[in-house]
Amino acid sequence: MKKRFSPRHALVLAKRNMTKMVRTPEQFLDVTLQPVIFLLLFTYIFGGALAGGSQHSYLEFLLPGMLGQTIAMSSVAIGQNMNTDIAKGVFDRFRSLPIARSVPLVGAVLADFTRYAIVCVVTMAFGYLLGFRIATDPLKLLAALGLAVCFALSFAWVSVFVGMTVRSAGAVQGIMILFVLPLSFGSNTFVRPATMPGWLQAFVNVNPLSHLVSAVRGLMLGGPVGSPVGWTLAWCAGLLVVFFPLALRAYIRRA
Amino acid sequence: MTDLAIEATGLTKSFGKTKALAGVDLAARTGTVLGVLGPNGAGKTTAVRILATLLRADSGTALVHGFDVRTQPDKVRQSIGLTGQFASVDDDLTGTQNLVMIGQLLDLPKKAARARAAELLDWFDLTEAANQQAKNYSGGMRRRLDLAASLVGRPSVVFLDEPTTGLDPAKREDMWDVVRSLVSDGSTVLLTTQYLEEADALADEITVIDHGKVIAHDTPYGLKRVVGGQRLTAHPLDPARYDDLVTVLSGIAVDGRAPEADGRGSVTVQVDSDEVLPDVVARLRAAAIGVDELSLHLPSLDEVFFTLTGTRSGDSRAPEEVLS
Repeated sequence: MKKRFSPRHALVLAKRNMTKMVRTPEQFLDVTLQPVIFLLLFTYIFGGALAGGSQHSYLEFLLPGMLGQTIAMSSVAIGQNMNTDIAKGVFDRFRSLPIARSVPLVGAVLADFTRYAIVCVVTMAFGYLLGFRIATDPLKLLAALGLAVCFALSFAWVSVFVGMTVRSAGAVQGIMILFVLPLSFGSNTFVRPATMPGWLQAFVNVNPLSHLVSAVRGLMLGGPVGSPVGWTLAWCAGLLVVFFPLALRAYIRRA
Repeated sequence: MTDLAIEATGLTKSFGKTKALAGVDLAARTGTVLGVLGPNGAGKTTAVRILATLLRADSGTALVHGFDVRTQPDKVRQSIGLTGQFASVDDDLTGTQNLVMIGQLLDLPKKAARARAAELLDWFDLTEAANQQAKNYSGGMRRRLDLAASLVGRPSVVFLDEPTTGLDPAKREDMWDVVRSLVSDGSTVLLTTQYLEEADALADEITVIDHGKVIAHDTPYGLKRVVGGQRLTAHPLDPARYDDLVTVLSGIAVDGRAPEADGRGSVTVQVDSDEVLPDVVARLRAAAIGVDELSLHLPSLDEVFFTLTGTRSGDSRAPEEVLS
């Protein structure tokens, strides 16, 4: 006989995680300063060389990709935080309460929504300052950001799973970076894949971040979006179906 | 429902090669305090974690409030409160936030959760610190908040795992008062402790565990009768009179128990009660033996183990108890 999952319980624990985040504001550096620095670096270091001298046209190409990259990078923190959090006694308390086993994990991921929303706002606002303008309409912009956040919330389960599995928070970071770097660079984020060797193009074409970036680009700049949006949503579902049960099982076993 | 609030039979649990529990039976009648007494690493915490549904036993059955911990864990969780050996409160949250969060997870409406939090903070003398983060609390305050957190849902069975370890004597007495008031409200309490004195003060029945096994189960009175009610220790002023002192003390010892030497010139005997004290003084005076130490005390946990098992509890310690 299992306790049914209660969204209300998850929100209570999401609030707990938000309170903890607000108490340690330095936790927000990776979702505020990082997108700003990356946008500046890539736009002005590579822009001239990669886009035939036009930093502005590179910014247009880069910004939607940057959104995907930053979101993937900022998912590292949730695994690290949960890894340290779960070692504390308060998780014993949660385990002794009549709540569904998944509630503490779902609560943490829900609280991470705030961080991903911040990524979106900071990236768009700073991009605007640098001269980025959407070519479509605000509704499509919202759809793009919604899709990015949706992907982030699914991808976060990979990080939670790693966080539940390895021994230390440092190891979580090491493993996640190994995972996130090839995904974010082996994609269409920074350059068009046409110049890459065939085997790499094959990887780029299945990489979920490539689909997300294509979808976001299409929604912000115009062009066909049906296929990339569909693939991105399929990847979201796939990540959830695989990594949510894995993370939950690892959490229960860690008792 | 039976009148047993806790009923465990044949619990075993191993962590790798370490056998933490090797077949433990525990029983607590509703509305009483069961003291589980044992040294570090005896298996007390493992037993509590199994009863509180945090761990699964390898074998054996356990009913808490009539529900099976294995097949009805949520019913069990609905009925229990758990206070661990280490305060399980959220350091980053305030006292109030900690308790309100637990209340909401127990499905209290927000208003009721707030009211219950305020009531408990008041009871545990934490009202002034209610809006401070728990990380700024002293050790004693954290313990109190932890205990308060386990009582939010008015549990009918409360597990207290070494609730007073590391507390100073005054705080310990406060904790004892809390336990007594819980029981007077009808709760059943399972209390683990390393202190015989604590079990004696609070428990209706005591189960003694060592090396993952129950080595005795009795009322405090019965247990003390087995191990001898009290101990009387004396040290002669003149070491040359040691043998005479032993002779005198043998005369007042509980029937036939031999005096024990501590190797530093003191001798200890088991006595029935403090009523022997005037008699000892009179006999020592009659024999003209001067003493510079004469004391009466409860047997220590070590002495309880020595009497029950014939070995000192420190002789062959089980590997460090696994806590998580």
